[in-house]
Parts: sequence; structure tokens; C-alpha cells
Amino acid sequence: MSKLLIEGVSRTFAGVRGGQPVKALTPIDLAVAANDFITILGPSGCGKSTLLRIVAGLEAPSEGRVLLDGKAVTRPGPDRGMVFQSYTLFPWLTVGQNIAFGLRERNIAQKERDAIVASYVDLVGLRGFENHWPKQLSGGMQQRTAIARALANDPEILLLDEPFGALDNQTRGLMQELLLGIWERRKKTVLFVTHDIEEAIFMASRVIVMSARPGRVKSDVAIDLPHPRHYTLKTSPEFSGLKARLTEDIRVEAMRTAQGQPAEA
Amino acid sequence: MRPLHPVSPGIRTVLGISFFVLFVAFWAWITLGGHVNRIFLADPLSMLRDGWRLLVEDRFWLDILITIWRVFGGFVLASVVAVPLGIAMGAWKPVEAFLEPFVSFARYLPASAFIPLLILWAGIGELEKLLVIFVGSVFQIILIIAVKVGSTRRDLVEAAYTLGSTNNGIVKRVIMPANAPEIAETLRLVLGWAWTYVIVAELIGSSSGIGYMIINSQSRLATGQIIFGIIVIGLIGLLSDFAFKAFNRWLFPWSLA
Repeated sequence: MSKLLIEGVSRTFAGVRGGQPVKALTPIDLAVAANDFITILGPSGCGKSTLLRIVAGLEAPSEGRVLLDGKAVTRPGPDRGMVFQSYTLFPWLTVGQNIAFGLRERNIAQKERDAIVASYVDLVGLRGFENHWPKQLSGGMQQRTAIARALANDPEILLLDEPFGALDNQTRGLMQELLLGIWERRKKTVLFVTHDIEEAIFMASRVIVMSARPGRVKSDVAIDLPHPRHYTLKTSPEFSGLKARLTEDIRVEAMRTAQGQPAEA
Repeated sequence: MRPLHPVSPGIRTVLGISFFVLFVAFWAWITLGGHVNRIFLADPLSMLRDGWRLLVEDRFWLDILITIWRVFGGFVLASVVAVPLGIAMGAWKPVEAFLEPFVSFARYLPASAFIPLLILWAGIGELEKLLVIFVGSVFQIILIIAVKVGSTRRDLVEAAYTLGSTNNGIVKRVIMPANAPEIAETLRLVLGWAWTYVIVAELIGSSSGIGYMIINSQSRLATGQIIFGIIVIGLIGLLSDFAFKAFNRWLFPWSLA
């Protein structure tokens, strides 16, 4: 059975000031197997973030439904951990308290909480920074904390919305390795939205390419590159082949977006 | 001068102090130099002498204490009512829809115009003084806090929901801490206004306080005392503002650089 089922999910936004309603997503079907690392790749504005927010329960689909372990998603919950592109650490809490936030909301006992927080602090390499305020951290460290915060709840699925989008290129590369390393060690179902082709291939066991708005699944590519993956993989011929193929796919869509044309049905 | 170019701390201090010096020098020049009638404006030296006499002989420090108590009493009263209401209005839109129109209307009612009514209702005792400050501050605080709370970062709220927060958890553990520093800053601002209301309240139907001393001095043409009273108000306001600012900084180390 699939871990996550997206069944005919579409989203239409009401028109602004009596204008035409905007179709962000055409009905999308997607089945995600347990412990798969899925990246959703698409040009800006293709509705990939909207899809992720629907899975998170932060937005309701206009049609269709999302099932996690066979249960319909109706609202956000701790079984679907989320990491946002913007820095969303609570500025009034320290790194340790941020990671403990979800555990506190679920009334986990202090002692157990401390042990869980310590293990995730180690996992993302932030030992020694537990008592720092978010404003004292670099962007990369903030996103590491955000990943630890989402994982500390031990969610069924981890949702990431361009989590490294605001980071510089070098930091982004390191973060990719860190997240992939975590996934390789502790299997987890992951849905990762990005517009970066290299990132999409490097992280994924399966890449879903979305078309320009209104978004739909354009292609579904299994990535059979071996694990553990090392950054040098990005220069291997297999990787380059996949990159060439996805670049072609996404380029057509990006051009459609740029020219304001709707995607072919 | 280059626009927007910062000034060094040393020069900033010197410039700031020099205006005070110029101000007092001008004051001394027009009074001691005989350019204005001494009945209308006392010179700085007699102001200090009058002030000293007030403190030593007329126990003016008791008036000061009474005024301080009124300001803080009225201010605390207003805060206790306004902060929860402001948070509720900001957080829950039906509450806002219910209260916002009335509060917006009420905040334009001048507190000083309520004094005759408040005297009728509460007499000329302490309660009336507290109520003047309360009426003057409470609606302002409610509205400012409601606006701040209403603009809580949505991404923080969403993050909390995905971490398992309930609706009440969002209010208690996201909305309130996220806005606490701004709420404290709002209170600091309104405390400054409370100093204006208290003096107005003490000018009418009062037998103690700094405002009472001022109105009393007017009938005796003691302009030195009046100016001393005004300066005392300014100094206390400045001190309480500094203390409040330091307290906020200590309370919210995460929000300031």
C-alpha cells in the first residue's frame, strides 16, 4: 500500500476583483511509496508549493483528496512535518527549544523531550548551539534547526518546500548532503519541492516534473543512482544524462511560463 | 552635510547636550537680562530656589509620589483590561468585528472631556484620577495591540500547526510570545501619554499632586514653581521611559540585536 495517495487533487483560486478564477493545479494523481524520497520539480508558479501545502493540510484542495496511511488529510498535523523556504524558527525560542516545540505541544514529558532534542541536535550537527537564539545563526544553521524541529516529531512524512532556496550555492550543496545522509540512515518518506534540477536529481529516488501553470505531472522519473550518494555523483555521466533529460523537460515548461501560455492539456 | 550619514556617538552626545545649554542660556538671558517681566517668567536661578523650597518646606515630594502612583495605577488598570482585549481582537476576527468599530470611535473621545462626568460618578478622590488615565489609555492600547497581533507572521503560525499546535496553543505559544516585545513597547509609549492625562486630571478638582501644585502656583503667580513642576514631570517621564526600555531589553533578549 502506498504511504501517501494524492487523488485527483486540483486547486482553483478565486479571481481577483471579479477576474477569471486562476487554476493553479489540474487534477493530480500521485502515489508515494513508504520511505521514498520524492522531489517535485517545476518552474516558478507551477503550483508545486500549493500541492505541498495541500498535503500539509495548510490549504484545502478544490477537488480530490489526500490520504496518508489511508486517512484523509483535513488539517495540518504533527504526522506531516514541514520545512519552509522562509526561516520559520520561533525567534523567541532557542535552538533547543525550537526543536522541542512540537514535543511540548504534544505534552511529551520533559525528560524524554530533552533526550529527543539532544539526539536531533547531534543529527544536524548543532551541538554547542542549543542555547543560541535563531537570530545568532546563519541561514544554513537555521534550516538545519528547522529540519531537526520537523523530524523531532517523528512524522510519517517530511515535507520540504524549497528549504535551501534562500541559501548560497556552497551551503546548499552541504545541506543536500546532510539531509540525504539523514534519509539514508533513518528511512523516512520525503516530499521535497524544488526548482533546482541538480538538487532534484541528487536527492531523489523519484523525480516528479510538473508542467507550467496550471500544474500537472509532466513526467515521473525514477532515479536509480546508488546510495550513499556523494557530491562527486553530480559530475558522473549517469547524472549528466538525467540532468540533460530533465533540463529539456523543464525548459519547455519554463518557456511556457515566460510567454504566459497555458500548458497543453 | 551628506543626507542620512550617521554621526559618531561622541558628537551626538555633545550636540544633544548643547541644545539644553543653549535653551537654558536663552532663558537666563531673557529673564536675568530683564527682557521679560518677572511676573510672567521666573529666571532659572529662582526656579531652582523655588523648587528647593517646595521640596524642603512644602513637602512637594509627597505630591510627586502621589502623581507617580496615579500614573502607574491608572496605567496598570488600563493595561490589565486592554492587553487581553487587544490580543483577543487581533487573534479572533469575530471579536475584532464586534469590538473594533466601538473602540475606534471611543479612542477619539478626549479623556479630559470626561473629567466632569468622572467627577460626578467617582467624586474627586483617587478613583477619579485613575479613571481619567484609564479612559485616556485603554482604547489606544487595545487598538495598537490588536493591529500588531493581527499582523503576526503567518509562516510562524503555519509552522506551529504542522508541529501539532492546537488553536489555543497557537494563541498561547505563538501569537503571544511573538508579539510580547511589541506589546511591551506599546505600553512604554502609552505610559508617556498617561503623564499628560494625570496632570490634566490634577488641574481640576484636586488637592494633591504635581498638577495641583502647578494650578495652585498659578494663583500666586509663582512661575518658578510652575516651571519646576513641569521639569520634574519631564525628568520622571524620561527616567521611567529609560527604565521601561531597559526592562524590555532584559525581558526580550531574542528580539533586539
